[in-house]
Amino acid sequence: MLAFIIRRFAQALFVVVAMVVIVFFGTNVVGDPVWMMVPGDATQEQVEEVRRAFGFDQPVYVQFFRFLADIAQGDFGRSYVHGGSAIRLILDRMPATLELAVVALIFAVIIGLPLGLFAGLKPDHPASRAIMAGSILGFSLPTFWVGLMLIMFFAVMLGWLPATGRGPVTTFLGIETSLHTLKGWQHIALPALNLALLKISLVIRLARSGTREASLQDYVKFARAKGLSPRRIVGVHILKNIMIPIVTVLGLEFGSLVAFSVVTETIFAWPGMGKLLLESIQRLDRPLVVAYVMVVVLLFVTINLIVDILYSALDPRVRLAGKSE
Amino acid sequence: MSDVVATPRAKGEFARFVDRFLEDRVAVFGLGLITLIVLLAVFAPLIAPQNPYDLAKVDIMDSRQPPGSKSMDGFTMWLGSDGVGRDLWSGILYGLRISLMVGLLSGLIAATIGLCIGLIAAYFGGRIENVIMRIVDLQLSLPSVLVALILVALLGKGVDKIIIALIVVQWAYYARTVRGSALVERRKEYVEAARSLGLSHTRTMLKHILPNCLAPVIVIATVQTAHAISLEATLSFLGVGLPQTEPSLGVLISNGFQYMLSGKYWISFFPGVALLLTIVGINLVGDRLRDVLNPRLEK
Amino acid sequence: MTQPVLEVENLATHFFTRDGVVKAVDGVSFKVGAGEVLGIVGESGSGKSVTGFSIMGLIDPPGRVVSGSIRLAGEEIVARDDEAMRKVRGKHLAMIFQDPMMTLNPVLRIDTQMIEAVLAHDKVSEQAARERCIEALSMVGIPSPAERLVAYPHQFSGGMRQRVAIATALLHRPKLIIADEPTTALDVTIQSQILAEVQKLCAETGTAMVWITHDLSVVAGLADRIAVMYAGRIVEEGNVSQVLDVPRHPYTRGLIGSVPSANPLGARLKQIPGSTPSLGRLPKGCSFEPRCASASEACRAAKPDATDYPDGSRVACFNPYSLARAS
Repeated sequence: MLAFIIRRFAQALFVVVAMVVIVFFGTNVVGDPVWMMVPGDATQEQVEEVRRAFGFDQPVYVQFFRFLADIAQGDFGRSYVHGGSAIRLILDRMPATLELAVVALIFAVIIGLPLGLFAGLKPDHPASRAIMAGSILGFSLPTFWVGLMLIMFFAVMLGWLPATGRGPVTTFLGIETSLHTLKGWQHIALPALNLALLKISLVIRLARSGTREASLQDYVKFARAKGLSPRRIVGVHILKNIMIPIVTVLGLEFGSLVAFSVVTETIFAWPGMGKLLLESIQRLDRPLVVAYVMVVVLLFVTINLIVDILYSALDPRVRLAGKSE
Repeated sequence: MSDVVATPRAKGEFARFVDRFLEDRVAVFGLGLITLIVLLAVFAPLIAPQNPYDLAKVDIMDSRQPPGSKSMDGFTMWLGSDGVGRDLWSGILYGLRISLMVGLLSGLIAATIGLCIGLIAAYFGGRIENVIMRIVDLQLSLPSVLVALILVALLGKGVDKIIIALIVVQWAYYARTVRGSALVERRKEYVEAARSLGLSHTRTMLKHILPNCLAPVIVIATVQTAHAISLEATLSFLGVGLPQTEPSLGVLISNGFQYMLSGKYWISFFPGVALLLTIVGINLVGDRLRDVLNPRLEK
Repeated sequence: MTQPVLEVENLATHFFTRDGVVKAVDGVSFKVGAGEVLGIVGESGSGKSVTGFSIMGLIDPPGRVVSGSIRLAGEEIVARDDEAMRKVRGKHLAMIFQDPMMTLNPVLRIDTQMIEAVLAHDKVSEQAARERCIEALSMVGIPSPAERLVAYPHQFSGGMRQRVAIATALLHRPKLIIADEPTTALDVTIQSQILAEVQKLCAETGTAMVWITHDLSVVAGLADRIAVMYAGRIVEEGNVSQVLDVPRHPYTRGLIGSVPSANPLGARLKQIPGSTPSLGRLPKGCSFEPRCASASEACRAAKPDATDYPDGSRVACFNPYSLARAS
């Protein structure tokens, strides 16, 4: 088990290092960052001054090691636009994004799982066909356009839910959240649904194929032979088996939820780090972009590690095989 | 000699493939949809009542008219008009051209690059394969929308930049797929036979392994093209994709966003429907292709 | 004669597939008395497992019991609805499956899977249910059952898993256990251990049993009566000694002839020519006719009905072997 963790850790480290290298060369070799920092009418002297001040006159390898040393200390530079520490700005926005992603994930499970289970248990039922058609549509619909339609329908036409923004925020157990008020839930409902859309389709497919596979297994037939109620067979025997792949996949998909939140946050003016990233890209605020990328990569790597551990916790075959090693 | 024998059988297989594909009515619908969309895009200048790029034809007095209004020029704007007075139907037809062009071009280049890299990885194996697959894994572990956003942040706006970003996002899928099926093919006897006849590496790869890897590539290509079109629209919508001078569907939707809250839904809605139909059509065809070309997945 | 535990009459189970109707079981009748073991023998595809699942009411679409009657202790169970049938399954009627590696849910602990079987039929406390499980496990010869109860299936060997399955089947002291080739997937030594234990348990508890197998030598030592199935029908049924020593149906003779121990050492094994017919396209006459050495014109024209013999056997054949011909 320990060897397994160490190996996974080394892989994670490799990904992080590779990303650092790519980001550095991406930002320093492709294009001259100085031109992004000076006003358009700057004189040659002003340009050179900025170049020296930020150390861009040094050789590339010197810059690279300084970059490495800086980020190792958590220093990603100062935002050109906001002036403050780039990493600080990103981290301040992170709770909002994580909140959105977590709620989206919950939506994906509570909507997708029952639908997928149903479609798997009764594959020939007309409702199952409708569910599967819906899931194909869910894969095809561009997220941003669905977001617009949600706003149009629920906010503009029906006026049920607010179109933009986040509810009042409080700190609970050290976590900043807006979910303690009804207003907070009203605000998060549309963006979370929007973000969840793709994952709902994914959960439906996973749950359906998992259910169909499990229903054919001898252990389900044996459970029926024991005289268990259909409820218990589906709720315990089948559900526990299909949850393993679903939790694994959803865990891995959490990172993509964070990434896709760039789109959703922009549409719904959700004050998360994705929206900040987009503003930074448009304003050429390089340190913020770099800080965002590194934060998201770290998040990804951590999630993958956690999912591996969770996976082994859910599947006794993996868990105990690991222990006896 | 072998060609003479092989041709009729290949034809028979192709005919069977077509028959199997046409068995599924939904897929045929998808195919019809795509054909229609492509035709509309190709013949946009002939069909569109207005050239949306021609500023002389666009009248600001026509702006934000609801669907069915009459334009100042006297034709009916069935889908309404956008913020600067362009007929939306014309805008969508021209927008389709750009969206399809960007999607197909990036897909074609990415497929070519991915094919070569995947073949090289599978054929030579060893360290080359290891390095390539590490890069592929790294690439695939990151969400495409994020990679594309970062690339656009580094490269800037423009059609060429977007195409580059879309290529970078897609190539790894092709490389992984091609490597997978090439590995299987490589172990088969006819490759050994080709090698022992003294054929060169390139010839063995292109003549013998590549044709047998094409089926999964075609399936991936449909999915990836739909994905690329959607991604371009997303980037353009976010304002980091195509510039206003290249109004793809994403740009049109983005332009309409600001009018959405005041209830002028059509400016964003109809380009979105066009985008949706395109993607759904491609996906339906792709689903069926996967079923037909990959008998293992069939029930 | 006392009331039989199980009476099956003219049972027919058909599968309605896209390629046509597959008559997996087509007119099967037999009885099992209390404490009796009936061995159903046949090649794969002869319909013996489908017969077992039909009795359990576990035939899934596209399959369906199309006609016939199944009476458990005199009560008809064929037409029962799902909930009524559920109350019988596990309580009065239990089943053991072929592959012990597949019958236990891999992600649930043994105690979960056994206790739920108790609670499905009896309203007892979880603690009481647990004690019954421990008792059942020790009955089937599992050492330190209380500890083993909290383990997961993959921590057991195949033989141990099958013992767990048998213990689960015994939890409610059912009237009848259907065993669908429960020892086929096991090693020969474990197979004989389990056979011996099952025989002992049935004798102790008075449980009747239907033992489905393709292996004549298994039922030879275990069963009281044998039913030989071929292509969805019972071709011969009778006491073990009767069927094995004086087989009347040519197919039964063929089966016995192909058992290695029945052949002289060093001689070539006898085998039945041809192969099992496709159940979707059975001949109009006797299904065994194409492979039968003593087939006549009558065999091609119609299916033979079962004939009762004074010694208690039933044979469905136009040209059965007589004692004289057999010797």
